[in-house]
Amino acid sequence: MAIYKRGYRTYSGPLTRERWRFLVLTRYAWRTIFQSRLLTAFFVFSFFYPLGALLAIYLNGNATILSLLHQSSELLVVGNKFFSVFIAVQGTFAFFIAAFIGPGLVAPDLANGALPLYLGRPFSRADYVLGKMMVLFGLLSFVTWLPGLLLFAAQAGVAGHGWIWDNLWLARAIFLGSLIWILILSLLALALSAWVKWKVAAAALMLGIFFLGAGFGQAINLILRTKQGTLTDIGNLMRVVWHDLFRIERHAFDFPPTEAWIMLILICCGCLALLAKKLRPHEVVR
Amino acid sequence: MTPVIELEGLAVRFGSRDILKGLTCALSGRSIGLLGPNGAGKSTLINTLLGFCKPARGTARVLGFDIRHNLREIRTALGYMPENDAFVSNMTAVSFVRLMGELSGLPPDAALERAHESLFYVGLGEARYRKLGTYSLGMKQLAKLAQAIVHGPQLLILDEPTNGLDPPARLRMLRLVREMRDQQNMRVVLCSHLLRDVEDSCDEVLILKDGQVVHYANLEQERSTNRRFVEMEAYGNENAFESALAALGCHCAAAGGGRFRMVLSDGIEISDIYRVAAEQDVQLRRLNFRRDSLEDIFLRAMNGSLAPQVDTGVEASNGHL
Repeated sequence: MAIYKRGYRTYSGPLTRERWRFLVLTRYAWRTIFQSRLLTAFFVFSFFYPLGALLAIYLNGNATILSLLHQSSELLVVGNKFFSVFIAVQGTFAFFIAAFIGPGLVAPDLANGALPLYLGRPFSRADYVLGKMMVLFGLLSFVTWLPGLLLFAAQAGVAGHGWIWDNLWLARAIFLGSLIWILILSLLALALSAWVKWKVAAAALMLGIFFLGAGFGQAINLILRTKQGTLTDIGNLMRVVWHDLFRIERHAFDFPPTEAWIMLILICCGCLALLAKKLRPHEVVR
Repeated sequence: MTPVIELEGLAVRFGSRDILKGLTCALSGRSIGLLGPNGAGKSTLINTLLGFCKPARGTARVLGFDIRHNLREIRTALGYMPENDAFVSNMTAVSFVRLMGELSGLPPDAALERAHESLFYVGLGEARYRKLGTYSLGMKQLAKLAQAIVHGPQLLILDEPTNGLDPPARLRMLRLVREMRDQQNMRVVLCSHLLRDVEDSCDEVLILKDGQVVHYANLEQERSTNRRFVEMEAYGNENAFESALAALGCHCAAAGGGRFRMVLSDGIEISDIYRVAAEQDVQLRRLNFRRDSLEDIFLRAMNGSLAPQVDTGVEASNGHL
């Protein structure tokens, strides 16, 4: 029967499981996000570097091609530095994707007063944040750790027996390093979006925190003749953490990784506190 | 029968301000009106029932579920239409209502089907593929109603549903509310400061003022009482007429100048009064039923001349009046 002839009736069918209901938000957000051609193009562009790296690994492990190039040994060493650079490059793509998408996830809901509609249902604030975070987690995973692990597997296949077991820690570093970066980006994007309730301003703020934060840190370092100013530079914090995970030697001017870890944890806690304060179904005038 | 809403000393504080001051009552009607002036605590009461505000003291039960322990069950069983603008602007109405259905637990296919049905039901069928950002205020109100009923709730909470509607749209909204109550068997809580809206669509009314219950009225009972209360003006032998009415079994009070007020006893109809008047040779120059409208009840409650009633399931504990 045609819908318009049916009329309204009560629902007595089955319900979905509450535990996974947050993924409804993720699904709807993805559908909206890929309506933007610019973002889709940028997302596709972010796969070029992993494809190039995959090709390099293939060529590097192919004896025929190496002999054609008159190379007796490998062209490049696929090790911790290779994957560290890979994560840094893909992390930059992830940052721009997060800055593009993240602010639009929460701000419109707050600006249009949609939170009471979400939270008036069997759907908690934690579900809401989780659902929105999964939007970024899914997309950024395709840019960071998924291609990273694919490259790792490709290198393991090319290098032969033993390489994978000797370098299993690299896979862990790729996964963990990416995960931390995704977490920081997602929380920052959502928190800033919830704070300013305007996606354009939130995107600008996000870019400002990363770029101006670096400049601000350097200014503090110069004025106070210290290294601690760099702690305000989130990009630098992540670099120190990645170097720690990928076992790359520290620069003389780097601060200890422990400080970077603590700072990142504090940033995450700050973002969660901001989200807890701002994501309320109604405003209380005290 | 489980009351729709039970309040047990419910108190809510925002900072140092007491917003709800120990409300106690039990409401069992099919459609309940929450009335009160601005700042009376109506919306706060609704927000508390939905779990948006934490009670400082006391508790409440909605359809038998405690708001302190069974919020998920409560939210599953009810549909909520908020007072303010609440929508996702870059979505079409059908996507929006479907999303809300899915968040309430409907599987995607069922949610889509019911989104179409709900939008047709509220009168947005032809506009369902338009983005919500392009809707007029009245259409947004209807879209909010559609999202509140998409999952077929047992209880529908409507916060100022006729806000910003023109007269035809307002009548349509009230008709929908009555239909949902009568045909879909939903319980309805309607929060409004428009007395006419509440009078037209509710059978119970709770009047709040300064965070306290000032009056409870069962409108069905009030209406039936009104139908038994008669005011008359007679010309002729007033004393004989009064005695004849008393003999008929009616409690009659003479107000002087030929005016009488009386309550019709069971089994006595208006035609009996005409007959007695004819027998006593008395002219009836005016006869009307008392029109004690909700407005009268509300104004008396606001002026403090109505005590918080303790009838049919209501115990108003904060009897300051």
